[in-house]
Amino acid sequence: MSTSAGDALVGLTAVQMAEAMAAGEITSVELTRAHLDRIAAVDGGRDADGVATGPGVHAFLHVRAEEALVDAAAVDAARAAGESLHPLAGVPIAVKDVMTTRGVTTTCGSRILRGWVPPYDATVVRNIKAARMVVLGKTNMDEFAMGSSTEHSAYGPTGNPWDLDRIPGGSGGGSSAALAAFQTPLATGTDTGGSIRQPAAVTGTVGVKPTYGAVSRYGIVAMASSLDQAGPCARTVLDTAMLHAVMATHDPMDSTSLPGPRPDVVAAARAGDVSGMRIGVVRELHGTGESGSGYQTGVLQRFDEAVEVLVDAGAKVVEVSCPSFTAALAAYYLIMPSEVSSNLARFDAMRYGLRVYPAGIDDPTTEQVMAATRAVGFGDEAKRRIILGAYALSSGYYDAYYGSAQKVRTLIQRDFAAAFEEADVLISPTSPTTAFRLGEKLDDPLSMYLQDVATIPANLAGIPGMSVPAGLADEDALPVGLQILAPANADDRLYRVGAVVEAALQRRWGGPLLDRIPALVEVNR
Amino acid sequence: MTVTTGDDVLGYDEALAAFDPVLGLEVHVELNTRTKMFCGCSTAFGAEPNSQVCPVCLGLPGSLPVLNATALESAVRIGLALNCAVADRCRFARKNYFYPDMPKNFQTSQYDEPIAHDGHLDVELDDGGSFRIGIERAHMEEDTGKSRHVGGATGRIHGADYSLVDYNRAGIPLIEIVTKPIEGTGDAAPQIARAYVAALRDLLRALGVSDVRMEQGSLRCDANVSLRPRVPGVPTAAAGALLAEAQRAVPFGTRSETKNVNSLRSVERAVRYEITRQAAVLARGGRVVQETRHWHEDTGVTTSGRSKEQAEDYRYFPEPDLVPIVPEPAWVEQLRATLPEPPSQRRGRLQRAWGFTDLEMRDVVNARAVELIEATVAAGASPAAARKWWTQELARRANADGVELADLPVTPAQIAELQRLVDSGAINDKLARQALDGVLAGEGGPAEVVAGRGLKVVSDDSALGAAVDRAISANPDVARKIRAGKIAAAGALVGVVMGDMRGQADAAKVRELILARLAPADGSDG
Amino acid sequence: MSAISREEVAHLASLARIDLSAVELDRLAGQLDVILGAVATVREVAGDDVPATSHPMPLTNVARPDEPRPGLAPAEALAAAPEAQEQRFRVPRILEED
Repeated sequence: MSTSAGDALVGLTAVQMAEAMAAGEITSVELTRAHLDRIAAVDGGRDADGVATGPGVHAFLHVRAEEALVDAAAVDAARAAGESLHPLAGVPIAVKDVMTTRGVTTTCGSRILRGWVPPYDATVVRNIKAARMVVLGKTNMDEFAMGSSTEHSAYGPTGNPWDLDRIPGGSGGGSSAALAAFQTPLATGTDTGGSIRQPAAVTGTVGVKPTYGAVSRYGIVAMASSLDQAGPCARTVLDTAMLHAVMATHDPMDSTSLPGPRPDVVAAARAGDVSGMRIGVVRELHGTGESGSGYQTGVLQRFDEAVEVLVDAGAKVVEVSCPSFTAALAAYYLIMPSEVSSNLARFDAMRYGLRVYPAGIDDPTTEQVMAATRAVGFGDEAKRRIILGAYALSSGYYDAYYGSAQKVRTLIQRDFAAAFEEADVLISPTSPTTAFRLGEKLDDPLSMYLQDVATIPANLAGIPGMSVPAGLADEDALPVGLQILAPANADDRLYRVGAVVEAALQRRWGGPLLDRIPALVEVNR
Repeated sequence: MTVTTGDDVLGYDEALAAFDPVLGLEVHVELNTRTKMFCGCSTAFGAEPNSQVCPVCLGLPGSLPVLNATALESAVRIGLALNCAVADRCRFARKNYFYPDMPKNFQTSQYDEPIAHDGHLDVELDDGGSFRIGIERAHMEEDTGKSRHVGGATGRIHGADYSLVDYNRAGIPLIEIVTKPIEGTGDAAPQIARAYVAALRDLLRALGVSDVRMEQGSLRCDANVSLRPRVPGVPTAAAGALLAEAQRAVPFGTRSETKNVNSLRSVERAVRYEITRQAAVLARGGRVVQETRHWHEDTGVTTSGRSKEQAEDYRYFPEPDLVPIVPEPAWVEQLRATLPEPPSQRRGRLQRAWGFTDLEMRDVVNARAVELIEATVAAGASPAAARKWWTQELARRANADGVELADLPVTPAQIAELQRLVDSGAINDKLARQALDGVLAGEGGPAEVVAGRGLKVVSDDSALGAAVDRAISANPDVARKIRAGKIAAAGALVGVVMGDMRGQADAAKVRELILARLAPADGSDG
Repeated sequence: MSAISREEVAHLASLARIDLSAVELDRLAGQLDVILGAVATVREVAGDDVPATSHPMPLTNVARPDEPRPGLAPAEALAAAPEAQEQRFRVPRILEED
């Protein structure tokens, strides 16, 4: 039996769900049950080790079905008692498994953290709980957020609901797939080099990497501390803005948390106006640039169409050049693994997580147990990056590699600063291609890394970026994303532009892009 | 490592005749902040294991550090007190290495950007001279947890079956103070090393930034020692800045780093031992190995630890989870205004106020009794009495017990109280010493001990008179001399009476009674 | 010429405390060589006059007041420990001194 989600509760936007609950038309319990049913219907099974089995989306690593219903009932009771509630109270949400959840397993997609139950909540999770949103469960991801496909999850890959044989993007493919499969209206993500934006692009959903420091990193298991930024994922620009506002608060537990007020992203998403705005097309992030050879034709077609839409809406389009971007990928693949090698050192079998005693050694030492555990506990990609990072930080190579990469970072910031003199926002395709097939790039790490070529500069500079659906590529009928970039602390501009693109394209399409997603086959969990 | 017997050593004078020592001292100071360096966990000493931990200091996934403002302030004040320049801008770094007592498997520490650098500390020597120690840097870092090694024969790390780790100390704020190479000490090297650590300890105590209790590990010293050939004609005595150019031009030898030197006396002994050990190695044509050595308090030797021939690659990089520190100049000046008076200036002022001679003051300084006397005087004692107590009776007891004067279980206020009892005539000096015994034994304050032990001067004339009469009749020869006018002989009878009274009499009163009974005018020999 | 040798990869793996089989070592050395070849371009981009950027945002002087906050109870701290004894984390015998 196949199912279409359009007519069910799960087809509503988060804002519609919130309004329906506020109007007393539905309850949070009904809404939560509908999503849990949807998850049960399409997500597929997992074996005793938590590894995906059989057909299904496999977006969730852990579903907290009973607890979610208890939480939902409590919100309904509070509403009935006339308590003042956050607009999103009672709306279900999925949390990327990289965020600590007190009392709920948090694995980061890694075997080394199998079964780890954190004793504390990430600040983002605290914010979500404070808004009384209902956490459905934890979503799949590439191990420690390292990958662009979820194939590096120790618990098996997630399928792209547009075609389950294709990748849902990564690292946050679990969250993006769950949205596209109508398993949740909202989800959280983290973006170190594109892990929110690229999955959004290839699943036809919306994702935002806020300004570095806008959302607290406390409780988000670090991959690369100077690049990581958590953000919202949803199916519409306004839903994304609503979640963004919940997530982005100052946090004294995070030294890099920005002080001061955050821009009003919800108002910007509602306003959706680009008249008179200068929109810069980054030459180096577009097929016509020297590095554009890897861009798929359909991706460039949809991008050009989005540019057209913006011009029609009254924006002025200018071309800008950011010459240092050609070195961004190289700088990223030195800085990121360097920080990874240090951040992942704590997984050593001493205080939490997996402990493996090496085979064939009587009475092994701590050193041997650490090395055996990390050999078994980490996947190939984690090992590659740890060793690459250790190399880049070694005393003999530090200046040549890590030091040079940090200088490139300065140049990229300067390029952005110059570009934002000429344009209010910058745009590019989010990803050079649509979703590739599972397994296609697994043995070619470098080609996988190229997926991030357009998203990485924003992480290096700390600026905010959004991916919003731009349509389907003609050649494969798969989603293409438009990336919008804004200066630091001008996250609201993303929403102002994103809302216009969304509205104009939906008028062309005659409805949301996800209306055109093929129906998923129901499986029994 | 189970062997703690020493290596061959050369005689000290012989070693100094052939070699010129160069020292480097690294002192780790635990700050006395209420909370840890990067989290809000308590730093209180002696809590039950793993009871002062949180996601941050346990290094749990997702946790992040936030710098303790008071620790930063203390670091800047320490830097200023050491005459250092405070950095315009500095960062923390990560020092990456695996060790089970370090929860993140990196130490968050300042590296090439210390908060304070390039200062000096003048230390006073026993002969009254002064020696300037260059300070290279003072930087902030965090402490590790503590492991207990279980099983095996020794309870040491080697041969243990497993270890038990307590992370209460993990993340305690530390300041590491590193000297520049200390040259020109000559044969005073061990003394100067000790004097430096003592001066640093006094300075840190005066700043109020640390408990500086070496026995609890809140002040720890690593001593680097190297030797280089002595240029003929350069004196072996401490030359300080006057060190001959020719000697200064000789490159440093290979150094050893002796860890775990946790008392002032040990600092002196360890440096002395290393000089004699390295001299023996070099004298027989050997090569000093660059290594970590461990100091053994019991046997007074160092033994080889980990070889540092292959330098450890710590893969330092700037800590991305902490933002740079850019001290505001105005704030630094505010902190400068909170610094205590420099020790030498303070000593001059106190000496004048107390009316001590240079010699007396030097004794006081050498006995490390300045603060104690100051507090005793503040509690009401006269400077002379306070000095007498601390540099004589108490110094003798501290020495006998092998503890620092300040660590004796008696307070300056109690000494002042004791002196008041003497001044009032309630007890005499001998009884006061007995009262002090009681105080040190934990029997309470001086008045309590006096009451508890019944240490009262007997002023009852009839009892005293009877004792005097007994003494006179038992010593007719002495009595005769006194009658004949040899008043000085009365001392002997006073002693007899005091013995008879078990010391509980006022000696002046006894003497008065004896002289009254044996007045020359009497003429009778009884 | 290769950017990284098999021996270097083996040394780095031991620094990073990861046991690698001979097969893994071969594969990783090959992949890292390709990746390093690709990222080596960073060395040619920025001149000596370009300062390094370690933090994306120009925040400075973030510190917290020295006030105790509640932490974890010992049982919570030890809950995930692979082995615990006497309210401490039990770890295998330690070979090297720190």
